[in-house]
Amino acid sequence: MRTCAESFDGYILRALGRDHGERLLPRGLDITFCDQIFLIASGLIWNVYFATLAIGFGFFLATGVALAKFSANPWISRPAGAFIFFFRGSPLFIQFFFFYSAFVLLPRTGLDIPLGFITLTVNTAPLTTAAVGGLIVLILNTTAYSAELFHGALRSIPKGDLEAADAYGMTGWTKFRRIVWPNMLRLAWPSYTNEAIFLTHSTTLVFLSAFPARQQSGEAFYYARYFVDQTFNPFVAYPLVALYFILLTLFIIGLFGLINIRLNRHLPRERRQRIRFRPQYVR
Amino acid sequence: MFAFCTDPSTLPQWQWFACYLTTQTHFAFYRSFFMVLLLLAITAPVALGMGLLGALAVRSRFLPVSWLGKGYVNIVRGVPDIVFFMFVPIALGQGIEWVFHHIQCPDWDQPIRQGNDFIVCREAKVPPVGAPAWVRDAYAFTMAVVAFSLVFGAFAANTLHGAMRAVPRAQIETAEAFGMTPAQAFRRIVMPQMWVYAIPGLSNIWQILVKATPLLFLLGLQDAVYWARELGGQKTSLYTYPHPDWRVWYFLVLLAFYLFLTWLSERGFGALNRSLSRGQATAEGERLRKAAA
Repeated sequence: MRTCAESFDGYILRALGRDHGERLLPRGLDITFCDQIFLIASGLIWNVYFATLAIGFGFFLATGVALAKFSANPWISRPAGAFIFFFRGSPLFIQFFFFYSAFVLLPRTGLDIPLGFITLTVNTAPLTTAAVGGLIVLILNTTAYSAELFHGALRSIPKGDLEAADAYGMTGWTKFRRIVWPNMLRLAWPSYTNEAIFLTHSTTLVFLSAFPARQQSGEAFYYARYFVDQTFNPFVAYPLVALYFILLTLFIIGLFGLINIRLNRHLPRERRQRIRFRPQYVR
Repeated sequence: MFAFCTDPSTLPQWQWFACYLTTQTHFAFYRSFFMVLLLLAITAPVALGMGLLGALAVRSRFLPVSWLGKGYVNIVRGVPDIVFFMFVPIALGQGIEWVFHHIQCPDWDQPIRQGNDFIVCREAKVPPVGAPAWVRDAYAFTMAVVAFSLVFGAFAANTLHGAMRAVPRAQIETAEAFGMTPAQAFRRIVMPQMWVYAIPGLSNIWQILVKATPLLFLLGLQDAVYWARELGGQKTSLYTYPHPDWRVWYFLVLLAFYLFLTWLSERGFGALNRSLSRGQATAEGERLRKAAA
């Protein structure tokens, strides 16, 4: 039997691959409680990786898509609406399968994109890994959900603020950066906090679907499932992973709450938007 | 299926496809879509019922019942539901076997958990040893329904509780003025009126429920995802219908199916909302009244 310190050394970074700690995962009767604590914790590395990058990229893309949907030109707003409908109307679980099976069809040697004067060769191999391909699906998915929130917020920007901006002679980029965007974020922020939470929870689906966990390096729920398969005891690993996710959720609420305070700092206290936790996990 | 399907390798394109799409396994694939609809048809009313019970429990003036209701709603909503979908079937299955074990084999002296095994006597196995395949499938499906109903019941309880509180206070006061008991006022006044406030939340939960159904695959059921993977995978010339990796097309069909389902339910709930708003003390109800007058 391993001691807790040995478990910690062997498994706390195991999710990065078999060169980081023990080569093999603990098996059968060899599994200790500390193994479960640390191996599942090490899986959180991937959850945080997927969540941070997906929210980071998705945030800017969503602003663009929301503006496109808000556009008066149907040639711009229709495709944006279709994009949002596609990703919000279908299950993320199926999206993972679909994109994975599309990515494996791309030629192994790389994709040649002729740009006229030069041919660009794109390496397509990483697309079949969870770290890149899975991340792309998550980015597209959160972009659609966030864009819908941002679009709703764009529609409810106070008319007075826009008129005031016009009165000051603000146009184009200045008006967007100083009036439209901060207002949009302020209005959408409580729902966007929930979106960030759902996205973090849905990172558990990456390895459950098509994307392979190479060298058994997966995220927290992947390891929880591994332990349940090994010990046939769901009463340890699943509550553990639930606990970790509750902590992660509380961290997100705290962080986004601070941003919320900053976005609302110019308003009188009773008009500020409060963040309410409304969990709806599956997407 | 068709008479000309005897030797697929010699068929022209369209006949090949006609035969290919009507094989036994493809019919299993088509049936699996009905399984999704069946799951929705069973889970939605059960979850709504659980939600109603949960909401009533939260409202209860008897404190322990209220705590029970609040505990149910908050625990289920606070934990990622994928954990619940995986946890409930195993935990419930082991719980049922544990109870049966103690009823049917009282003189069994070995511990049930031995190392990594969960051992009950032969009579306590659920489904019974040697049960036909459809019994096992039905059992797994029932477990899935229970897990889905538990999770979505908690969501629905939260929405319905909010909706009950949203019914205008004056309506209940009027009922009391007419001499109705609280139970009568609830049955005759609150229940019929709360739905208009509950529909936006319930439609949201329904959409999430629809999009949660592919998780059946993770419970080991042969659902649409399972068949899409099976049928779409590359088939070598050993098979009757050899083809390259077609999974992407099968999953495209699944995506289209779900997009259609969510689009249809959006329209359906829109119509339901309009019909429920008739005669209500809400902005939409007022608009409908003016339009009719």
